[in-house]
Amino acid sequence: MDLFEYQGKSLYQKFNINHPNSKLIKNLNDLNDPINLKFPVVVKAQVQVGGRGKAGGIKVAKDNTELTQYSEEILGMDIKGHKVEILLLEEASNILEEYYISFTLDRSEKKYLIMLSAKGGMDIEQVAEENPDDLIKFHVSPSEKLMSSTISELIHKANLNKNHEESLSEIIENLYLMFTEGDCDLVEVNPLAITDNGVMALDSKVSLDMNAKYKHPYFDDFEQEIPIPESEKNAKEKGLNFIKLDGSVGIIGNGAGLVMSTLDVVAENGGKAANFLDIGGGAKAETVSSALEVLEADKNVKSVFINIFGGITRCDLVAEGIIEATKGKELVWPIIIRLDGTNSLEGLEILKANPNEKIFIEESMDSAAKLAVQKGL
Amino acid sequence: MSILIDENTKVVVQGLTGREGQFHALRNRDYGTKIVAGTRPGKGGENVEGIPIFDDVEKAVSETDANVALTFVPPAFAKDAVLEAAFGGCELIVCITEGIPAKDEAEMYDILKKETKASLLGPNCPGLISPGKANVGIMPHEITLPGNIGVVSRSGTLTYQAVHELTNLNIGQSTCIGIGGDPVPGMSFIDVIEKFQADSETEGIVMIGEIGGTAEEEAADFIKQNVTKPVVSYIAGVTAPPGKKMGHAGAIVSGNKGTAEAKIQALTDAGAIVVKTPTEIGEAMKDVING
Repeated sequence: MDLFEYQGKSLYQKFNINHPNSKLIKNLNDLNDPINLKFPVVVKAQVQVGGRGKAGGIKVAKDNTELTQYSEEILGMDIKGHKVEILLLEEASNILEEYYISFTLDRSEKKYLIMLSAKGGMDIEQVAEENPDDLIKFHVSPSEKLMSSTISELIHKANLNKNHEESLSEIIENLYLMFTEGDCDLVEVNPLAITDNGVMALDSKVSLDMNAKYKHPYFDDFEQEIPIPESEKNAKEKGLNFIKLDGSVGIIGNGAGLVMSTLDVVAENGGKAANFLDIGGGAKAETVSSALEVLEADKNVKSVFINIFGGITRCDLVAEGIIEATKGKELVWPIIIRLDGTNSLEGLEILKANPNEKIFIEESMDSAAKLAVQKGL
Repeated sequence: MSILIDENTKVVVQGLTGREGQFHALRNRDYGTKIVAGTRPGKGGENVEGIPIFDDVEKAVSETDANVALTFVPPAFAKDAVLEAAFGGCELIVCITEGIPAKDEAEMYDILKKETKASLLGPNCPGLISPGKANVGIMPHEITLPGNIGVVSRSGTLTYQAVHELTNLNIGQSTCIGIGGDPVPGMSFIDVIEKFQADSETEGIVMIGEIGGTAEEEAADFIKQNVTKPVVSYIAGVTAPPGKKMGHAGAIVSGNKGTAEAKIQALTDAGAIVVKTPTEIGEAMKDVING
């Protein structure tokens, strides 16, 4: 889960990572209270999209008048389809040098990857492409500690300012701890800066591994602060993995791979999927009926294709869920069902015992996709 | 022959007393797989449908000669369970558990690699089946048929789909393996394909990938250099919306790899036959076999 900048910075607080003093505001009335920040103050739009600076979402205010003016301008602004609901006000730093640092998992190497460059504050992808030697890459074995001797080696290799080695080491060590102990998928700081007030992480781009939610109660709080598109809210509340797309064939399947493949096969047959909906492994009857409810809310859906290959998911339970959700109901669209795998015979029997003129059973994924596209015209 | 498991495989099930563990382990046993033990701390001495329960894997191994562990324990305990199985003497650990934190997976993989000889399949995988010999995991065995095609896939349900297509055309399988789609899978496409290449009875390989990551591109490189057996491949996600990139860091690491186009290109360049839908897998393999 990608965090807002201010959420990432609240993690900086937790992991003792030096960053500018700041305050959050959600409306202009919040400015009536003393902000307790030293001017100049940077007004930063909190949106999860790149290029907010160029779009006018970041401004430096030298006094209260400008602060009010810029806050008014930026709050409510639309940046690439994202409405600005929150502003981060931060004491501006006098920047002497700007670096780049990031921590991720390198899936090919199966190790943690630290990338460090003295050329921060700019487009790091461009640096990586044009001057790859200016970007230091270092792998850490996940079962080993990141030694301080290694950090100092990295600082030297990347040609960071040696006069600040001690504070640089400290901040890198703490960022690494935040990445590992904090179960982050990504910690990216650009710029990591040397300022008049010492070494500071001026920006934050953090993504959390939601599988680790059970270890960190605060993941939940962050999650609640992140707006979900209206179309995906209902699915999210029901614990379904749902993404809205712009076609007319509603898709329900089990397993991300099969659902992706279902979208492809629908496209091959000349249709377009209305959504991606994965009921996951081991779905119960309720899961299937809530999946159907979620699709009901989408007015673009003209037909629904339920594509199940049972493994840990049992087709009989899927069939029960379909019957539960449709019994005695006037269906708004035809449902085309294909069941294979674990308990598929039992599942098909349940469907046949409860016939519905708008429910069609197909034997193969291709024929079902074809019929779903046809019925959705 | 088959790879990794056969009629002599003896399985200890971690989490046998849980709902999913019990359902699938008993299905595996009904298929003829030797499910010789289960583990559950504090429940040693009990049994589930005649399968003896031990307190830990080491005891289970010493009493029953189990050589493969099948893991169904919840995500929070999965790392410890897998390590327990490896240090307890299992040579292969099949981890079905979904939802393990990436850091746990990375640490687990690192420790296994450095300190043990055990191989890990998964986590978040459907397991594997050598048709007619043994089924270790959650794959529906009804769709398989003994034969000579090796199947390897990142996605569980797509593995079933592919196997189903082969069986429908009377093309049997030597072993079908789901490696799982988590950030740090144990065995990779390469590990499995290498074994299929070396297996005298595997005559062709089906490889099913999906968008994201670079595992398919790496496998394509390996196939180009080392594989002489025919490979039929399918990549899911051609029409899927582009996934999120892990910041600039993610973009730098993956470059232009990861898309369906890049993977299809890499596999085609490696000499694999890449089909457009999973249904075509069977026909394509049939054409290859019949020359």
